[in-house]
Amino acid sequence: MVRVSSLFIFLWLSLTSVAHAVLTIEITQGSEGAQPIAIVPFQWVGNGTPPVSLKDIVAADLQRSGQFAPLAEKDLISKPSQGSEVKYKTWRALNVGYLVVGKIHGLDDGSFQVQFQLLDVFKGRQLAGYSIRSLNSGLRRTAHHISDIIYKTITGEEGAFNTHISYITVTRGEKNTKRYQLAIADADGYNEKIIYSSPKPLMSPSWSPDGTRLAYVSFINGRPEIFVQNIFSSKKEKLVSFKGLNNAPRWSPDGKYLALTLSKDGNPEIYIMNVNSRKLTRITRSYAIDTEPEWLPGSNGLIFTSDRGGSPQLYEIRLNRYQAAGRAKRLTFEGNYNARPAVSVDGRYIAMVHRSQGKFRIAVLERESGHFSILTKGHLDESPSFAPNGRMIIYATEERFRGVLSAVSVDGRARQRLSLKKGDVREPVWSPYKVNK
Amino acid sequence: MIKLMRYFVVLTVIVTLAGCNLGPLKKRGQKTDTQLEDNQYSKSGDSTDTFPAGDKLEVSSLNDPNSPLSQRVLYFELDSSQVKDADRDIITVHAEFLASHPEISIVLEGHADERGSREYNIALGEKRAKAVKQIMTLQGVTDNQIQVISFGEERPVASGHDESAWNLNRRVEILYTGY
Repeated sequence: MVRVSSLFIFLWLSLTSVAHAVLTIEITQGSEGAQPIAIVPFQWVGNGTPPVSLKDIVAADLQRSGQFAPLAEKDLISKPSQGSEVKYKTWRALNVGYLVVGKIHGLDDGSFQVQFQLLDVFKGRQLAGYSIRSLNSGLRRTAHHISDIIYKTITGEEGAFNTHISYITVTRGEKNTKRYQLAIADADGYNEKIIYSSPKPLMSPSWSPDGTRLAYVSFINGRPEIFVQNIFSSKKEKLVSFKGLNNAPRWSPDGKYLALTLSKDGNPEIYIMNVNSRKLTRITRSYAIDTEPEWLPGSNGLIFTSDRGGSPQLYEIRLNRYQAAGRAKRLTFEGNYNARPAVSVDGRYIAMVHRSQGKFRIAVLERESGHFSILTKGHLDESPSFAPNGRMIIYATEERFRGVLSAVSVDGRARQRLSLKKGDVREPVWSPYKVNK
Repeated sequence: MIKLMRYFVVLTVIVTLAGCNLGPLKKRGQKTDTQLEDNQYSKSGDSTDTFPAGDKLEVSSLNDPNSPLSQRVLYFELDSSQVKDADRDIITVHAEFLASHPEISIVLEGHADERGSREYNIALGEKRAKAVKQIMTLQGVTDNQIQVISFGEERPVASGHDESAWNLNRRVEILYTGY
């Protein structure tokens, strides 16, 4: 009985700690040259009050992108809810280029009908207008959908607001024990869901390109092994467990292969595994450390970290039908530490961990021009991951001795911080577009 | 099962030979920074001198805090997997002991400090542990007596974020299975 009740207390404690582990977001640097946009609070039609403020979510999304500067609510000169009520002349006087107006209808069955219009203030016309049905639980998602529509209509590029992030959290328990959790949340940090919790270290989550599965490294059996877990059913299986390292899994763009690091042949080498047949193809052959493979678009090559030249640097090896084609070519020459590459979906940029004067920062290399720039200002910045539209990079950093997540735009102009109320959060990976959580 | 029985036999030997003088058993997780400092370089020179090569260390010395076998943590420089010259003597004492006790096995656990990339650090931890393993196997320890596991930066012993903590965390631990 004592055992049962202590188990119950343990469960209760772990549940409450999950409930408190909420990510909050703070914009730490707005962007100069961002476009002013006015988002009017959506008019509520129905009983009671709307469960969330769509206007707040959309404004926060657009501001985080670094491309937009939403007007503060107190600066709105009027609060129209549809295009026909808008007096363009007065908005022009505020020098606001765009205006968003809309309504939320609360329906009898508990769902919502959301109408919104995006208006071009200077041309005096509608750019986009939609009516979206939403369940109560889906209102935040509807707001992100609206942000995506606004972003795409104005910039011509896909937004990444309706996406997710996965990351690892570490909390300290009693007697110096630690609890490692694999979490998924909306890209703005809301709706955190723990999909795996372990007393042993977890690392290196990687999204399958269809957004249904995560591959990661778990020490649950006392050494690193690679697992694959379905994010909806939470069903997981051990995929790779050779002698030595089973590390750094990265899904190929078509979802059929995993690039990974194995040391079963003596020292860490990069392999490609067919996820269905489990057949392995060895890609690198060197006496040095080769690890952290990252795919190029179309599975045409891998970028990886190697210390074959004496210090960790990034290399590229071309692939032909998932076989190595030619020799690896060194890509980085700035300083003596460049590791953990992340490639943007279009293959244009490579983000990495770069050491400069003893400090570890996120740098980005534009592949075609070779232009190299350091984007962050921390001491222990690591694990960069691109948003699926390639505009933002999320990464792990340290603040007052705690692991927190930050995001920076690829041009370095906009910054935001996502912090967990307690514990450490690390190794963020941004999801592809297709996640239907 | 056979393994378990083997430990039982070994334990019985210790109890009978050492006359219950088991001394403080050192387990992972119990170490504090000060203990670590006591155990590292200061004693290594003296202790190896008092145990000239050729003298067989008994199994019981595994639990003797004054035995050179009690020194089980080796430290590394930043970015390096090169064993320090001062640590070669410690490794040699363990290697000679293992070579004369083929029934005993160890885990070499490689670790890194928190800086830089996590996956690279796992690989670096393994490289450090394998550097120690290589010295041991050259001295007659068989391959199946040594298991190498790297934790990278995932299991620091010192939780600080400065040079003193990083120095303690870049390490290889020699863990005797069952001791």
